[in-house]
Amino acid sequence: MDGIFAQLRYRFSGMLRRPRFDLPLAGALVLLIVIGLMTQYSASDLDRDKAIAQGVRLLLGVLLMALVSRVPPSTLRNWSPWLYLGSVILLVLVALLGEGRGSHRWLDLHFVRFQPSELLKLTMPMMVAWYLNQRPLPPGWASLVVVSVLIAIPAGLIAEQPDLGTALLIVASGLFAVFLSGLAWWRIGLIIGSVVAAAPVAWHFLHEYQRNRVRMLLDPESDPLGLGWHIIQSKIAVGSGGLWGKGWHQGTQSRLEFLPEHTTDFIFSVFAEEWGLIGVLLLLALYVFIIGRGLWIAASARDTYSRLLAGSITMVFFVYVMVNGGMITGMLPVVGVPLPLISYGGTSAVSLLAGFGVLMSIHAHRKRVAG
Amino acid sequence: MKFRPIKDGRQEAAMFARRAVIGFLIIFVLLGVLGVRFWYLQVSQHDEFQARSDANRILTRPLAPARGLIYDRNGVLLAENVAAFRLEVIPEQVADMDALLHDLQDTIGVSDDDIARFKSLVKSKRSYQSVPLRLKLSEEEIALFSVNRWRFSGVDVVPYLTRFYPKGAGFGHLVGYVGRIDAADVERLDASLYAGTTHAGKTGIERSYEALLHGQPGYELVEVNADRRPLRVIDRVAPTPGKNLYLTVDARIQEAGEAAFEGRAGASVAIDPRNGEVLAMISVPSFDPNLFVNGISQADYKALLDNPDKPLLDRALRGSYVPGSTVKPFLAAAGLELGLRTPSDTILSTGEFFIPGQTRGYRDVRAGGHGRVDLVQSLAQSVNAYYYSLALDMGIDKLSDSMAKFGFGQPTGIDLVGESAGVLPSREWKRERMNQAWYPGETVIAGIGQGFWVVTPMQLAHGVATLAAAGVSRQPHLLLATQDGIGDAPVAMATPAAGPSFFRNPANFDAVREGMIAVVNGPTGTARTMGDGFPFVIAGKSGTAERFSRTNEVWQHISQVAIERHQVLFEAFTPADNPRIAAIVALEAGRGGGRDAAPIVRRMMDAWLLDQAQAQVQAPEAGEQAGNR
Repeated sequence: MDGIFAQLRYRFSGMLRRPRFDLPLAGALVLLIVIGLMTQYSASDLDRDKAIAQGVRLLLGVLLMALVSRVPPSTLRNWSPWLYLGSVILLVLVALLGEGRGSHRWLDLHFVRFQPSELLKLTMPMMVAWYLNQRPLPPGWASLVVVSVLIAIPAGLIAEQPDLGTALLIVASGLFAVFLSGLAWWRIGLIIGSVVAAAPVAWHFLHEYQRNRVRMLLDPESDPLGLGWHIIQSKIAVGSGGLWGKGWHQGTQSRLEFLPEHTTDFIFSVFAEEWGLIGVLLLLALYVFIIGRGLWIAASARDTYSRLLAGSITMVFFVYVMVNGGMITGMLPVVGVPLPLISYGGTSAVSLLAGFGVLMSIHAHRKRVAG
Repeated sequence: MKFRPIKDGRQEAAMFARRAVIGFLIIFVLLGVLGVRFWYLQVSQHDEFQARSDANRILTRPLAPARGLIYDRNGVLLAENVAAFRLEVIPEQVADMDALLHDLQDTIGVSDDDIARFKSLVKSKRSYQSVPLRLKLSEEEIALFSVNRWRFSGVDVVPYLTRFYPKGAGFGHLVGYVGRIDAADVERLDASLYAGTTHAGKTGIERSYEALLHGQPGYELVEVNADRRPLRVIDRVAPTPGKNLYLTVDARIQEAGEAAFEGRAGASVAIDPRNGEVLAMISVPSFDPNLFVNGISQADYKALLDNPDKPLLDRALRGSYVPGSTVKPFLAAAGLELGLRTPSDTILSTGEFFIPGQTRGYRDVRAGGHGRVDLVQSLAQSVNAYYYSLALDMGIDKLSDSMAKFGFGQPTGIDLVGESAGVLPSREWKRERMNQAWYPGETVIAGIGQGFWVVTPMQLAHGVATLAAAGVSRQPHLLLATQDGIGDAPVAMATPAAGPSFFRNPANFDAVREGMIAVVNGPTGTARTMGDGFPFVIAGKSGTAERFSRTNEVWQHISQVAIERHQVLFEAFTPADNPRIAAIVALEAGRGGGRDAAPIVRRMMDAWLLDQAQAQVQAPEAGEQAGNR
């Protein structure tokens, strides 16, 4: 009897040890995925096929996470410049011959179609971390200039596609690495000051539809049937949810099709309508937990490269939540950033889970106090 | 001395830890702001948004307009909308869909095609939306379903309007058909006008006059409950039905012509030379357009595609025929106009014609030749030698220039989609197409409508109508009048402007006409019996072209086993002194144009004659009577 239990315990602990997953982080991600699929199922009006398709994509993402978690950080570090270079070349290819509805984002490799900009979500922080890892820290102006160029090239190409949301995420991932490397506060202040001063110039370079989105934010009611429609309907969905929500699959805003894109960018509105403020706060708490756990893993990493990479990936996760949540509550402009692991669609979920795979790998190779 | 950065791992780790804590705090605060924003919307402003959400119960539902009807010139109905019943299923009210479908299959009969289409439709709709399963239920099927209704919850019989073509295959190509709007249509059509419309014109008149036939959609504002079920109609703007169309075609001529084909593959077009109105447009074999309206079954479609006679090909508009001797009247006209011949000039036909200096002979139909013939006899007996020599004197450049004036080698511009241009041989065409120089021998055979020359029946009919109207070209067209609604006065379309006459000297036209009259009425004519008993003088010309190349060895065999080894044509107009109908018939297999194609033309002219006797009333007025039935 005892022998069997001992053997089972041995087998089980062995299974847990082999993928070297951080259990609290993995648990939180699984919880998030379950919430996401439930919300998806409701928002697609109980369309089983759609929910299953999303489940399959997430499963692929989890497998990729497990795969990436087996790659040691030192290998990632050595590959960083090449992966970065490769993804930038793919971006250039997309700009030259890509396809997509209205904008050039997709690259068709015949067996698979994907957006090279998604690759940058990982290779950008890898590259910045790789570069800063070799420089004296905290970084000086010379390092900053190099990092700026590293960020600006791909970000510019992606913003041209035009995909402002992804460009924003990629710029953020580079900047977070710089911030975490200990860039002096006075330098940060100076940079923020000059960005604010340059904002009117940037306005000049925005596409008309992007400007309209900012204008709509300021006064959505001015165009209740055009661009303002998204924001108004989303706010009605969120607001009518109240404290406790209307209940799962009871949200009228999405069921009656007043809410546009209610399975993708506006899924958070459906969630807020059906689960109320309580549900929203619990979901935000789950996100906070994932971010906190990610930063803890980063802080206990073995070297500067791993720390910066893990920290940057984690903080970008926050940007997703903030930009999407800000958009659906009418606080921020309508920018196409999904709610991580909940919005419908495979590309962002897969790249997010691959990022968590990197975190898992860094966690597995953390510095150990003993043994 | 070069400064080498000294990396202090411990210090960097400490710095990172500080920054991570600060970063986490900032994130916590910002997400807190987001949380406060949610609190503001969901608790503080909840009542207002709740009220607005409740008010969000009014949906705009588009109302599809009724499609315009299509009549022939005398008000004979060619396309109408009939009430029909279909079986619809609301998926969310069905517990076990497979069992239900199986049960329905046993009760009233539902084909596998229907089920496959139903299943793909279910996927694209929401579960509370009702999805059609079977269209066009018969009365018996409705009765069967009604008796068994208690067994099928979530299934209902729903009335709808469907397009019906009472004349079936006879007008399949001409009127065309409507079908379910597909991805290609979506790109072509204005989405705001088609929000409630399920069908659009795919071919024929239905396609080319889609904009007139469709009409303006209306809408209704409907209040719905939380389950999206309509509670009441708040406002309603009725749709404007599409216009009714009166076509220039005469169903009697069309049907008489089609019957005369007796199923033989070919085409026919009849045009009123005075105004370009197309009186008949026949393509045999045809297909039943009603098959396509509610989705054609795989078996029916395969049968149409596999038929070697290609029933889906509109031969009148896209068929390719070697014109053969039917081009001779046009060449005779060009020869006279260019001053190369006078009507009394004669040519000696010896049975074989030689280009000076060459040894290859070009044959006449009659062995030993027709002797010495003038223009009238050259047409009556279809003497090749006359036209070999004429073409050679004219040269290919003048030949193709003159023939282009009769519309050869270009689409007529009729108001239908997909017309072919045919081929009018010329030096340029051959260089572009084959990158080869032009040879005199090719000019010689062009003189008898052979070689590269290809016409469509529509094109040839247009040419004959132009010739019949003393050389004045009028664009063929099919739309006679439009009507806003049944009972309204039809509005006639403007007659297309006439081009300049081909003939500068009217006597030249008279000479050609005399030759064509001799074809039908002369003692030597190739269609001598065709005009027997007809009250008006008919002028015509036969054409017989070989279906197989003579150099082809297969032909040697065919010539022995198949009598009907020719493509045969006949062209004619009547009354000869004031032509009111010009018609051509092309048969893909026959022995001779005068023998096989001319009788069909005669049958059409008989029908036309009957019509002339009966229709004293103007066409649109007659149409109104029909509409008021």
